Amino acid sequence: MAYSEKLLDHFKHPKNVGTLDKNKKSVGTGLVGAPECGDVMRLQIEVSDDGKIEDAKFKTFGCGSAIASSSLATEWLKGKSLDEAASIDNMDIVEELALPPVKIHCSVLAEDAIKMAIKDYREKNGITE
Amino acid sequence: MEDNLIYFDNNSTTPCDPRVVDAMLPWFYQNPGNAASRSHAFGWKAEEAVDYAREQVANLINVESKEIIFTSGATESDNLAIKGVFEMYGRKGNHIITLTTEHKAVLDACDKVEKMGADVTYLEVNNEGLVDLKALEDAITDKTILVSIMWANNETGVIQPMKEIGEICAKKGVLFFSDATQAVGKIPVDPKETGVHLMAFTGHKMYGPKGVGALFVNRKKPRVKVVAQMDGGGHERGMRSGTLNVPGIVGFGKAAELAKQEMAADAARLSVLRDKLESALESRLEEVYVNGSRTHRMPHVTNISFKHVEGEGLMMTFNENIAVSSGSACTSASLEPSYVLVALGLGDDLAHSSIRFSLGRFTKEEEIDRAIELVANGVTHMRDLSPIWEMYKEGVDLDSVQWQEH
Repeated sequence: MAYSEKLLDHFKHPKNVGTLDKNKKSVGTGLVGAPECGDVMRLQIEVSDDGKIEDAKFKTFGCGSAIASSSLATEWLKGKSLDEAASIDNMDIVEELALPPVKIHCSVLAEDAIKMAIKDYREKNGITE
Repeated sequence: MEDNLIYFDNNSTTPCDPRVVDAMLPWFYQNPGNAASRSHAFGWKAEEAVDYAREQVANLINVESKEIIFTSGATESDNLAIKGVFEMYGRKGNHIITLTTEHKAVLDACDKVEKMGADVTYLEVNNEGLVDLKALEDAITDKTILVSIMWANNETGVIQPMKEIGEICAKKGVLFFSDATQAVGKIPVDPKETGVHLMAFTGHKMYGPKGVGALFVNRKKPRVKVVAQMDGGGHERGMRSGTLNVPGIVGFGKAAELAKQEMAADAARLSVLRDKLESALESRLEEVYVNGSRTHRMPHVTNISFKHVEGEGLMMTFNENIAVSSGSACTSASLEPSYVLVALGLGDDLAHSSIRFSLGRFTKEEEIDRAIELVANGVTHMRDLSPIWEMYKEGVDLDSVQWQEH
């Protein structure tokens, strides 16, 4: 299976690897997947007072496509409003990284992680959609 | 082979030894005969070459040449043995015993005969990958016609207690078939001395060509027969029809001859290199687990789990430099890890973290040294990226986490 250049670049030089303080009110955390399934993705966003995502970090246990999907997601998240972030679709990731059909679940996981991080932030801050 | 790319996947297939290739070449154009053509010199010459190769192959495993049935490979031999025995001895009984860790060619053939009326018992293995001899003996009934147990496992290299199994089968009067694909040509394999009545193996796992294999079928005490699964010209004593693959068989024979001469030296050298790879990774990295028995196993194989690192992702860190296999199959919707490792009692997480390194005749020590660096760096890279490694380091009990399974 040959991977795209973009995917390999995100895998070899992942962007925004790291951890934000999950106890901070301005941080939303999404943790999806399970070790038994072979992938766990943790995606975090830090939201500024004016509702823009100013920082995003991830750590992923998984295959190359899962790592690249989450790395790409953090890049896309920065600078977006929460509503804009929530509209990121897994198929956008599939297209950008040219994920093969057997790896589409990696993009689904990334979308789920984004949605969960936003939900976590909103719940912490008492924001209803 | 490609320069700089280290080939540590010899359990998948071995490179064809250049001496084998040389032996095969005259049998494509110069000597085109069909070994079954009795009316002219081309046919006689081809038949002679096949006879010679049959002796070379028989010689490797100390059997008579008449006991070797050439096939297209181990999968066909496995199918011929299991289905052929079931059809031949079905009137005596319909019970077959095998292991959960067998190769798919055995498991799927068993599945097929189950649909044809067989009753198959799948015995579990212990956490070292070894069969429980007592459980095997207890499982044999008066309906049992066949015990099918592999000589050495393809994923872990674990070698079963073949002689003890052979004794049990002899005592109970049941046939013993072994898929010895990973063992023949790598370690001494003597089916007669071991009490094995049928045995499958193949050329391309012992530095021979792909597409040619064999089934050993015991001819005396007991005289074993299998019902052919391929009908046609009645080749191979009626057990396997089809024009013989003369160049392939010649190559298989040459590979067998070379294995007989070089197996002991290869095994001694490779076990040192394997142990070096293993102990270097164990000393440089934390949470490294070798899967399966470390004493009862093939000399050139190690199957290692690197905790909290996903195997396929790890492979991607070094697959421009090293070719290996992973027990993690993140390529199917089910995301199921290796059933062999799960049968050893590994949690799914460790099974997902496994890499199989299988060395071979052409492995060099400097490749081991390079691999140690590349793998250790890859594991470190992946652990830096792994949220569960971070949680583990912080002392989080991962079993207590509410995972979102998908």
